[in-house]
Amino acid sequence: MVSLTLDKVGARYGRRQILFEASAHLQGGMLTALVGANAAGKSTLFRRIAGHLRGAGAVRLEGAHTHDLRYMPQDTGMTAALTVYESIILSLKQGGGGWRLSTQELRAVDETVHRFNITHLVDQQLSELSGGQRQVVSIAQTLVSRPKVVLMDEPTSALDLNRQYEVLESLRAYAEETQAVLILAMHDLNQVMRCCSATIALAEGRTLAFGPTLDVLTPSLIRRLYGIESRVERCSRGNPIMIVDGPAAQEAI
Amino acid sequence: MTTAELDPSESASVQSYRGLVARRIAILVGLTVALVLSVAVDVSLGPARYAVWDVLKTLFAPGAADLQIRVVVWDIRMPMALLAVTVGASLSLAGAQMQTILANPLASPFTLGLSAAASFGAALAMVLGVALFPGAISLMVPINAFAMAMAASLLIFGLSTLRGVTVETIVLLGIALVFSFNAALALLQYFASEQALSAVVFWTMGSLSKATWGKVAVTAIVLAICTPLFARRAWALTAIRLGEVRASAMGVPVKRLRLEALVLVSLLAAVPISFVGTIGFIGIVGPHVARLLLGEDQRFFLPGSMLSGAVILSATSVLSKAILPGAVLPIGIITALVGVPFFAALILTKGRKSW
Ligand SMILES: Nc1ncnc2c1ncn2[C@@H]1O[C@H](COP(=O)(O)OP(=O)(O)O)[C@@H](O)[C@H]1O
Ligand SMILES: [Mg+2]
Repeated sequence: MVSLTLDKVGARYGRRQILFEASAHLQGGMLTALVGANAAGKSTLFRRIAGHLRGAGAVRLEGAHTHDLRYMPQDTGMTAALTVYESIILSLKQGGGGWRLSTQELRAVDETVHRFNITHLVDQQLSELSGGQRQVVSIAQTLVSRPKVVLMDEPTSALDLNRQYEVLESLRAYAEETQAVLILAMHDLNQVMRCCSATIALAEGRTLAFGPTLDVLTPSLIRRLYGIESRVERCSRGNPIMIVDGPAAQEAI
Repeated sequence: MTTAELDPSESASVQSYRGLVARRIAILVGLTVALVLSVAVDVSLGPARYAVWDVLKTLFAPGAADLQIRVVVWDIRMPMALLAVTVGASLSLAGAQMQTILANPLASPFTLGLSAAASFGAALAMVLGVALFPGAISLMVPINAFAMAMAASLLIFGLSTLRGVTVETIVLLGIALVFSFNAALALLQYFASEQALSAVVFWTMGSLSKATWGKVAVTAIVLAICTPLFARRAWALTAIRLGEVRASAMGVPVKRLRLEALVLVSLLAAVPISFVGTIGFIGIVGPHVARLLLGEDQRFFLPGSMLSGAVILSATSVLSKAILPGAVLPIGIITALVGVPFFAALILTKGRKSW
């Protein structure tokens, strides 16, 4: 079983401290959401965990090495003259190995391409993908090497409803199958409630709450995170749904 | 990476990838064949007119040929033809990796100021007789040119080790270097004697006419050292093209790789430039042709850009002899005159959205 512990993690850009104290203990085998307002420090926390930024506190991995960790940055363009298939192979090959591709390696790429339902895209040039397609391809690049710790920065922000559902289900299946730790920075709280078993709430560089999603995403926390009045109610099928009522009164925040 | 042996148990996407690899290998083979043909034509052309048959005979049985044609073919034409190959390959590979590590399609030995620096170094020797390093008089010009080109790339290298320096900054510094060295060169030319001036102008046009077996050997050795070092990093270099953030997220030590590559690229560019002068075009066009034909998987892009650079310069060398019968035009002029329209047509007709 893989687990990831954040112990009062901090980070800064130059002299500007962005992350002050982020603490959490994450178990493998399920999806964990990282929620927070814009500029709360979600991407910064990911960079700190991935080792691209240094800072105070400690990031501890159990059952995995730092090279088992993969980080998928927030969506950016890809201009390389590579096909989708080549870009996924490339990501797999960063783990080592020569110019030759073994049958197992090709099989791993194939399996990933099927898992994320992008077999129709494999021969397409990266530069000719739509934003949503690019995002799914990025996810495939990230998971092809079967990492045990995965940080994904807004992996579904450009996806249509159907794709969001498909991708999140695939990610959940991946987590269960590999018992990996997956943290997803997310904005859609209804998706979070549906797919992510645990949630980390981050505000101004501090973890406000961490735990089972339904315990974390209370109206009062949502008010503190986003300045929004909301209710979490059960739908006719018994599933929790967040309903937004409007901006919170200033003094309530 | 074997060619398409279609295995029925393999999925459609694997089969289609194998097809892609097979096509790419075929293109590499095609480029190699084109290169061999171009070199053969290059050797059989020249101010002295010999029948193709006689040239071939001299090539394959030098002992049987008479002395004059043997000297012309083996000591003059062969070094020129082969220098076109090694210089074309080196400059194109240098350009390809500069574009890769600086994430900029315009990066090349020319646009980063290495050519301009070399011209200035060469002019120092030709105008003022200043040798930057003591040595044989005959080597003063290439040694000066090399030293200046290396100084320019050391400056770029030094800058890129500083914290917070982005690839854009490096490219801008390169452009600043081009202008500075060109200004310094103009100043030298202003004070130069008639004779020195014409030597400088001729040098900056770029020419293969001073080719020797020694220069062929030196450029080949530099290529033989640098190519395997790049080849070992093929996957990491390809990953850099997905963007710095993505590449480091995949575990590529981007900064270190960039510095390593910069050292190799400097050598690859400075050595040929110091022998042949300014041949600006190859470092941009060679890689672009390779990118259009083969994509940017370095397993194909690396040999591909060397081959396309070599083919282009070798074909240009043929043209430089064919345009005016009896004369050999400086090759730097032809690369620009013929290359630019060709290049424009290529990118306009086959334009991909990559860059
Ligand atoms: N490279 C950087 N240099 C300086 N400040 C940065 C950098 N990246 C992000 N920041 C700052 O850090 C804060 C948090 O940013 P980020 O972690 O990207 O937020 P989030 O991902 O939660 O929207 C913002 O105020 C942003 O301006
Ligand atoms: Mg962010």
